[in-house]
Amino acid sequence: MTTLDSSDTTPEVVVDPNAVSVTINGKVVAARKGEMIIAAADRTDDFIPRFCYHPRMEPVGMCRQCLVEVVGPRGPMMVVSCMTPVADGQVVNTATEGVKKAQEGMLELLLANHPLDCPVCDKGGECPLQDQAFSHGPGESRFVEEKRHYEKPIAISENVYLDRERCILCDRCTRFADEVAGDALISFTSRGNNTQVMTFPDEPFSSYFSGNTVQICPVGALTAKPYRFKARPWDIEHVESTCTTCSVGCRTVVQSSRDELVRYQGVDSQPVNWGWLCDKGRFNFESINSKDRLTTPLIKDASGNLSATSWSVAIDSAARMVRTALLSSPQSVAIIGGARGTNEDAFAWAQLANALGVDSRDSQLADGLPPQVFSLPQATIADIDTAKTIILLAPDLKEELPVLYLRVRRAAEKRTGRVVEVSPRATGLAGKAWKKVHVEPGKTAAALRALSTDAAFTAQLASGSVVVIVGRMNLAESEESVVYALAEVLHMAPHATVLPVLRRANVRGAITAGLTPRNGGKSTAEILEAAAAGKIECLVLLGADPLSDVPDADLARRGISGARNIIAIDTFITQSSALADIVLPAAAYGEKEGTTTNIEGRISNVAQSITPVGTSRPDWMIAVELGAATSHDLGFASYNEVHAAMISGVSEFASAVDTHAVEHDGVIVAHPTPITLTRADGASIERNSYDYRAVVSRKLYDNAIGTAKSPSLATLGVASAIIVNPLDVPRIGAQVGESVRVTSPRGTIVMPLQESVDVLRGTAWLPINLGGSDVRELLDVTKDVIDLKIEKMS
Amino acid sequence: MDEWKGSVMTAAIRYPHATGFVAGDRPKIVTSRFEHADSFTLERFLATGGYAGLRKALERAATDVHEEVKSATVLGRGGAGFPAGTKWGLTPQQVFPKYLVVNGDESEPGTYKDRLLMECDPHQLIEGCLIACYAAGLSQCFLYIRGEMALAQERVAVALNEAYAAGYVGKNILGSKFSVDIVLHWGAGAYVVGEETALIESLEGNRGMPRLKPPFFPAANGLYGQPTIVNNVETLANLPWLMVNGSEAYTAIGTKTSPGTRMVAVSGHVKNPGVFEIINGTTTFRDLIYGAEFCGGILNDNELKAFVPGGGSAPWFTADQLDLPFEASQVGPAGSMLGSGAIMVMDSTTDIPAAALTLTHFYAHESCGKCTPCREGGTWLERILTRIVNGTGTEADLQQIFEVGAMICPGDFPNASNEKLGLAAVPFPYKMTTICFVGPSAFAPLHSAITLFRSEFEARLVKRISIPVTAVSTPSAVLA
Amino acid sequence: MSRLNDANIKIALEIISHYPRPKSALIPLLHLAQEQNGYVTREAMVHLGELVGVTSAEVYGTASFYEMFRFEPVGKYLVNICGTMSCALMGAGDLMHHAEQKLGVKAGGTTADGMFTLAHAECQAACTEAPTLQVNYRFRYKVTNSDFDTLIDDLKSGRLSDEIPSHGVVARIRQRIPADRGVGAIAPELATENPAWMNGKAAL
Repeated sequence: MTTLDSSDTTPEVVVDPNAVSVTINGKVVAARKGEMIIAAADRTDDFIPRFCYHPRMEPVGMCRQCLVEVVGPRGPMMVVSCMTPVADGQVVNTATEGVKKAQEGMLELLLANHPLDCPVCDKGGECPLQDQAFSHGPGESRFVEEKRHYEKPIAISENVYLDRERCILCDRCTRFADEVAGDALISFTSRGNNTQVMTFPDEPFSSYFSGNTVQICPVGALTAKPYRFKARPWDIEHVESTCTTCSVGCRTVVQSSRDELVRYQGVDSQPVNWGWLCDKGRFNFESINSKDRLTTPLIKDASGNLSATSWSVAIDSAARMVRTALLSSPQSVAIIGGARGTNEDAFAWAQLANALGVDSRDSQLADGLPPQVFSLPQATIADIDTAKTIILLAPDLKEELPVLYLRVRRAAEKRTGRVVEVSPRATGLAGKAWKKVHVEPGKTAAALRALSTDAAFTAQLASGSVVVIVGRMNLAESEESVVYALAEVLHMAPHATVLPVLRRANVRGAITAGLTPRNGGKSTAEILEAAAAGKIECLVLLGADPLSDVPDADLARRGISGARNIIAIDTFITQSSALADIVLPAAAYGEKEGTTTNIEGRISNVAQSITPVGTSRPDWMIAVELGAATSHDLGFASYNEVHAAMISGVSEFASAVDTHAVEHDGVIVAHPTPITLTRADGASIERNSYDYRAVVSRKLYDNAIGTAKSPSLATLGVASAIIVNPLDVPRIGAQVGESVRVTSPRGTIVMPLQESVDVLRGTAWLPINLGGSDVRELLDVTKDVIDLKIEKMS
Repeated sequence: MDEWKGSVMTAAIRYPHATGFVAGDRPKIVTSRFEHADSFTLERFLATGGYAGLRKALERAATDVHEEVKSATVLGRGGAGFPAGTKWGLTPQQVFPKYLVVNGDESEPGTYKDRLLMECDPHQLIEGCLIACYAAGLSQCFLYIRGEMALAQERVAVALNEAYAAGYVGKNILGSKFSVDIVLHWGAGAYVVGEETALIESLEGNRGMPRLKPPFFPAANGLYGQPTIVNNVETLANLPWLMVNGSEAYTAIGTKTSPGTRMVAVSGHVKNPGVFEIINGTTTFRDLIYGAEFCGGILNDNELKAFVPGGGSAPWFTADQLDLPFEASQVGPAGSMLGSGAIMVMDSTTDIPAAALTLTHFYAHESCGKCTPCREGGTWLERILTRIVNGTGTEADLQQIFEVGAMICPGDFPNASNEKLGLAAVPFPYKMTTICFVGPSAFAPLHSAITLFRSEFEARLVKRISIPVTAVSTPSAVLA
Repeated sequence: MSRLNDANIKIALEIISHYPRPKSALIPLLHLAQEQNGYVTREAMVHLGELVGVTSAEVYGTASFYEMFRFEPVGKYLVNICGTMSCALMGAGDLMHHAEQKLGVKAGGTTADGMFTLAHAECQAACTEAPTLQVNYRFRYKVTNSDFDTLIDDLKSGRLSDEIPSHGVVARIRQRIPADRGVGAIAPELATENPAWMNGKAAL
């Protein structure tokens, strides 16, 4: 790089002090200090065989397959290229006779005890051991002895099977579990030739990230139940896509065989997921294949039952409902949802709403944040790697945005940044936090204000860049309280950037595309309240299920029953769509193409891999058809047209014109003009000392439709319970495990009592949307906090 | 616990006196107290000049003490023979804390000296640890004793408790500014933990699997990622004498490149097996095996067939090498190593393939399982050799041993010269595809045994008579 | 109920306090667990994981690497006969054969009365005294067949109970660092100063 500072001086050459140059097989390769030879060689055409090396984990030099020769002062030295750093002027040879012999020997040794059951092995055809045995192996084995035998395969968790005979002991899965996921539930056991990977007896490998070990296993030792014997690699079609299970936006490969989804694999995207996926995102393809999917439009018949009908009848009837409602007033039509679809879906529906004059549309389900958070200086996921301080003002990332959790955990683990956890209870990152601010709901902003006198804390904030991860850490606390808390943080650290974490997959895209109240239109809670009051003639549920998702059961129930007509666009019959007058079957993930926007505003593509089930079609197409039937030409009729219209029509999406980028690492949306938050008075809301303040949050495996309809995931959830601090248990008088009566101003439910030191005294943690009692019966979205009575049953 | 204390200190412990180390009129640096039945007590230690070396050291600046050790060239006695003073100097200047880890995990086949030093003179070792910590600025010392050595653990525990109470260890030692804790740590049965990086892994509570050097050179990146000195028990036991008598007196013994004394265990087919403190660099193998003050000759006056000069990992020597001195700079070029001071003698009655099998089995069994060549190759070698020893091996098996060996150690493998066989020496060391020496060690005894005694292996092979198929005529009677 | 008992928890905490990082205490603590129950129980491993802050899988991963730890009950006396080179040269094979006859079990087996487990062992660092054996890690040197018989009879009759504790107990004395004498273990990130005596002056 050269810089010119003024016209009359000679150019000053700035040399990168970390740049080195090495010669690999006669070719000069530019590398950086600290980089390993194998990583530098990966930028050339010369492939060095490897098994234990993985670019996202610490090298161990265990399999010895990547031996190469480095020319040293005493002639060529054989070294492992995965643990030997590059040095300037280094000469490396990866294909000399000596290297070839060593690599062949290593493969012969690895194959000595490896069963030759490739024809019945899931990995056959995509197996690094198989491939490298062909490319770098000796061609035949001289090992005539009996091979090692173990029981095969054994289930080490609900979804992962281990075949120890196939294992080549590369330490990838065990390193991943410990180093990346922090769930060291598998380990090498025994020693020497008897070494094996195992769990502790009766303690399964129940990690949210267990599927990654299957993906990185270089042999068929680890296989995943949802894929076992489903397909052969040569029968699989691959498309690169983005996971929309949550809003992290992990890059994936969607794989199908015979027009059925069979597997998702993580793609190593530097800005987002580094190849990792959570098990929920990895295995919920099963729900797309579910036989419960809606395949045809449904319409309420004379007896009040939903029965199948044609698209033309359904669209005509829907159009009539909309037109009739518009006759009374555009305010009597409302749209809830849109966050489960693509940017194009949301854009098309926003355009339709604009054409119809419908201002009440909201893609958040009374569990989100005000869209103004997108107008604060934004952080990217990758900023976590370099931030000096990471402030969590967010839900438990491990439960809600698991792959983001991995990134934050790594920053703490590698000590690149310090984590400050602000939360009403200890989250999955508490063990990694430098500072924990555990505070009762309603008092967060005040507690943060008090921190401004903590010298160590303010010094830490001043020490460098600060990323604030902000979201709804408690659904029983108003969104305003989060904004107030965020305002306090930004007051102390004005240089901080913000990563808003709204969990639903494309909520940011939907808001950006226009599915958010405008011109005084109503929010979801307001729409439901209006519906309850009989003011909504036509309610459109765009992939939304208020009866399951809105954290206020009473409000949702009153709203859904009060709406005069309901049109639901969905992939399944849900609690809410079951009550609709018309149900239109939507194409699901993998069945349509489009783009999605993740938490950091990164636009990347979702790809079509299979044909939509039955007559289902993408949401955007339904908008176009409904527009036509209501005499509104939205101006697009194909995917390419809606995509182009969106890029030109929504300025934030303009960068998505770079198709290549969108189909790989994605592009970041343009940010609106920054705003500043005003601080509230920071008053804290007091609690009656007999009560317990509710903390409501999600678990990874809950009753979400994608989980419930995926057999491999459906059984992983736990049942509802109320969890209090162990010191509060005696006060309640009930035993742990016993059912207790829980009462809020809204209602009473009965659920088992549990204890955890992660919960603050005087608070009660209620995971939401699980089997058993419905926690939402206790909640009221209009209240700042919810206080509960917990009573022993008589 | 304390309730046991009485029995350990007073019960008649059958004292494990190896013969030999009290005989002869040689200088004694580390075994001077062994002649006393109560050599392990603080009373005896103090009565015989104990902790005088420590006091001398503390009267000097730490850097002076370090220099003294450096100029004495105290070679490491664990196997690699790297000078201790130089090793201490390899730690980065400005990184703290630094640790001392004492390697008392003696388990190399044939080796028997560190256990004696811990059982018979634990205070001498403690004093050595203190001098090392003082000189090299080490903040804490971990004394890692092999798990199976119950008595050594007890003796060192008692000694440490006494030394703490008497102010020799802990805070402000002897009233000075020097403060260090010595923590007794013990293993649980794994040979590979004797390798220094595996020892550190084990001390961190992990599986004892060696780490690759670099980046894990303990001096820079050892225990908890901190600079760490790993020293052998015998190495440290030299320091008190050195402090009292000075480096000149130390280097006056032995040779320039191998000063001082060494403890050597000679076992196997000899008349008087024993552990001897010998003069380094000049005593020859012939002295040790045949000398009257050492082993006094081969058992039953048989012929010497072969001997292992430096622990089970070392390539073998025969009578041709008897006159080599105990000097690394001569033994290496001759095709073997001095290792940990362990000579195992085989007489003419020895079943060579079976003897080699005990060692190959040992290393295959003790493989940690980390590196593929050792984990898979070691066991493979053992299985081929077992077949041969049992009389079911073939010529191809014999060849396969060398093929597998080459996967662990590519290139020429060291061997001793042999006049009768017309072999020239191939110097030590070997190349290896593994992290540590356990893998090569499974091959070393086999390579030596087959190279030197091939006919004994061939005699065991299955003789297949090859009958060309076309030449077989079927008797017509059978066809009918 | 084979987690550590209260007395042993106290000892465990004392052992942990000797190390800059708790996990370093794991092997000594596994010995403590084996001392308590004669072998390392599943519950004890869970307990040790809690005490040093690692998962049970990690505890088992470490424990199963080392041969001294047993995960099933063994005899009161574990008789390890060395079979490595020097002992093999001096008749360890015959001794093992005799031992199998005498005890009526094969190597690896436990006698019906639960008194003895016979095992092959690797080099015990007593090569000059071959053939050797260890009973619960107490040595016997230059063992003849009749020495072996005497040893077994003595063990059976309890004549050696003073010298040889039952399986699980290795060292019978623990290191005690008196509070007023110990420097104390400090996590490495908190001890970043050059030691006080490294200032170029004599310490005394």
